[in-house]
Amino acid sequence: MTQNDEIISIQNLNKWFGNFHVLRDINLSVRSGEKIVICGPSGSGKSTLIRCINRLEVHQEGDIVVNGVRLDGSLKNLEDVRSEVGMLFQQFNLFPHMTVLENCALAPMWVRHMPRHEAEALAHKFLERVRIPHQAAKYPGQLSGGQQQRVAIARALCMNPRIMLFDEPTSALDPEMIKEVLDVMVELAHDGMTMICVTHEMGFARQVADRVIFMDEGEIVEENAPEAFFSNPRSDRTKLFLSQVL
Amino acid sequence: MAEWTPTPPRPAPASSVGFSAWARRNLFATPGDVAFTVLGAAFIIWLGNVIIDWAFINASFAGDDRTACLKPVQGACWPFIDAKLGQFIYGRYPEAETWRVNLVFLFGAVGLVPMLVPAAPFKSFNIAFLLGFYPVFTFVMLTGGLFGLAEVETTDWGGLLVTLVVAVTGIAASLPLGIMLALGRRSKLPIIRYFCIGFIEVFRGVPLITVLFMASVMLPLFLPDGVNFDKLMRCLIGVALFSSAYMAEVVRGGLQAIPKGQYEAGAALGLGYWKTTRLIILPQALKLVIPGIVNTFIGLFKDTTLVLIVGLFDLLGIVQFHFTDASWATPETHITGYVFAGAVFWVFCFAMSRYSIFMENRLSTGR
Ligand SMILES: Nc1ncnc2c1ncn2[C@@H]1O[C@H](COP(=O)(O)OP(=O)(O)OP(=O)(O)O)[C@@H](O)[C@H]1O
Ligand SMILES: [Mg+2]
Repeated sequence: MTQNDEIISIQNLNKWFGNFHVLRDINLSVRSGEKIVICGPSGSGKSTLIRCINRLEVHQEGDIVVNGVRLDGSLKNLEDVRSEVGMLFQQFNLFPHMTVLENCALAPMWVRHMPRHEAEALAHKFLERVRIPHQAAKYPGQLSGGQQQRVAIARALCMNPRIMLFDEPTSALDPEMIKEVLDVMVELAHDGMTMICVTHEMGFARQVADRVIFMDEGEIVEENAPEAFFSNPRSDRTKLFLSQVL
Repeated sequence: MAEWTPTPPRPAPASSVGFSAWARRNLFATPGDVAFTVLGAAFIIWLGNVIIDWAFINASFAGDDRTACLKPVQGACWPFIDAKLGQFIYGRYPEAETWRVNLVFLFGAVGLVPMLVPAAPFKSFNIAFLLGFYPVFTFVMLTGGLFGLAEVETTDWGGLLVTLVVAVTGIAASLPLGIMLALGRRSKLPIIRYFCIGFIEVFRGVPLITVLFMASVMLPLFLPDGVNFDKLMRCLIGVALFSSAYMAEVVRGGLQAIPKGQYEAGAALGLGYWKTTRLIILPQALKLVIPGIVNTFIGLFKDTTLVLIVGLFDLLGIVQFHFTDASWATPETHITGYVFAGAVFWVFCFAMSRYSIFMENRLSTGR
């Protein structure tokens, strides 16, 4: 593992919402191609942490370097950083006024300045990859939750991102649909995508994660390989949490 | 082990579908409903009779002056409208030049109709025609003074022409201005935000009459001597600013209904503020507030009648003006004139209303 492999570096990150200290001295380094699962109780700051990585949240202290670019107030080309980082949301956040195909082709056309036919070909390719090639002409409101989340994955992949962030992508889904989304995510992991995933799907964590991070009260409490994390957690706090979710 | 098969659907019983079922359910369900239905029907028939008697049976249709409309039982005095129609449409626009107005109306219709039909092709060409060519064309044609066209002072314009010029300018200006003000009111930059709040609150807080009065009477006092621009132009600016303040609040209502996730999804894809706003936020926000937007348009259309206060004669103003014509003084002249003016306004407003419902249905995407 060389220094050059590092694609995300977070050092002494602190963030406050008003007076509320939501992230406390976070240190995290992610290598290219690594898969990281973040878990922890509600309100522990998981979403805030990954939202800092594409600067949907602005931090006050510490350094975040993504893809070689330091995220701070002097940043001119925030859009360039964001276009390399795909993000999946709990609520999918598809654009309801556009068809599935338009959802996927939008950013390649307007950010990458790709001609429409090329962008749509790309969109078709990724819709096939998430196994919904036949829904391209539908509107998001006409799809099931699992299909919508897979469209959201395709939409993010169309930008050819180097990193994918997932914020509880399956927690708004019915059990029947969770698997279809997780299957796509597992495939993505096997293809070598760098992934940071907030999820409580422990089966998924076991299967693909290189590291599991447990957060509480805005801190990283424990960081471990998945086997060790689940079978032999170091801290009592982790043990308590695992006993509740497993 | 028995396999489970779902029960196939059966057709609904005949007694629950069709017109007789509908009538039984909606008109004659209870004795009270029956009574209401009968009373309502009687009222509608009576009203229909009154209208038909007035507008057709007892009405006069031909004649050259008031004597045509002095029957013992007199209905509408249509010859009055007929004799004055030119005035009602063009005001005092010189009769030899009214072809120019007609041409402007025609080009407007030619540009607008394909614009409003979603399936019509060449939309970008159409937009360029309406927003680029048409305003210039209209200006040159109506005011003249170029290309050998005789100059026509705006003080000679009147009637439907003035109503449409004021309303269309107000409508065309208020939407873009309103959108910019609404976005500005939500801006993170305090200067922009406070400017927009101030603008909106000032113009919304005063009556349109005041704005028009200020524009036509007060404004010249502030301008240096010799600088004098057209009264109609001042009214147009006043109306445009006034209606854009209203529009801003309608649009802001739509912006507020868009979930934060939509902005975040746009940002996460690398779309900047303007692209996110234009491609993701505005299409959804405007669609949500189509009824409010059209409501503002309709209000504006009817408010054009207020330009009378500063001495411009819109359709209603000119109809009222001609009530003073002694050669048409009959007991039915007023009501006929008002019904006519009301009907013209109603046709325009109703068309806008129907179109907005059509667009709402068309843009619905099953959310
Ligand atoms: N915009 C905000 N303003 C103020 N406080 C916030 C804001 N966003 C989040 N918080 C607070 O910060 C804390 C961490 O929130 P965060 O969403 O990161 O938690 P989380 O670990 O993702 O929880 P969950 O599992 O419920 O999603 C919570 O206490 C939350 O109330
Ligand atoms: Mg969260």
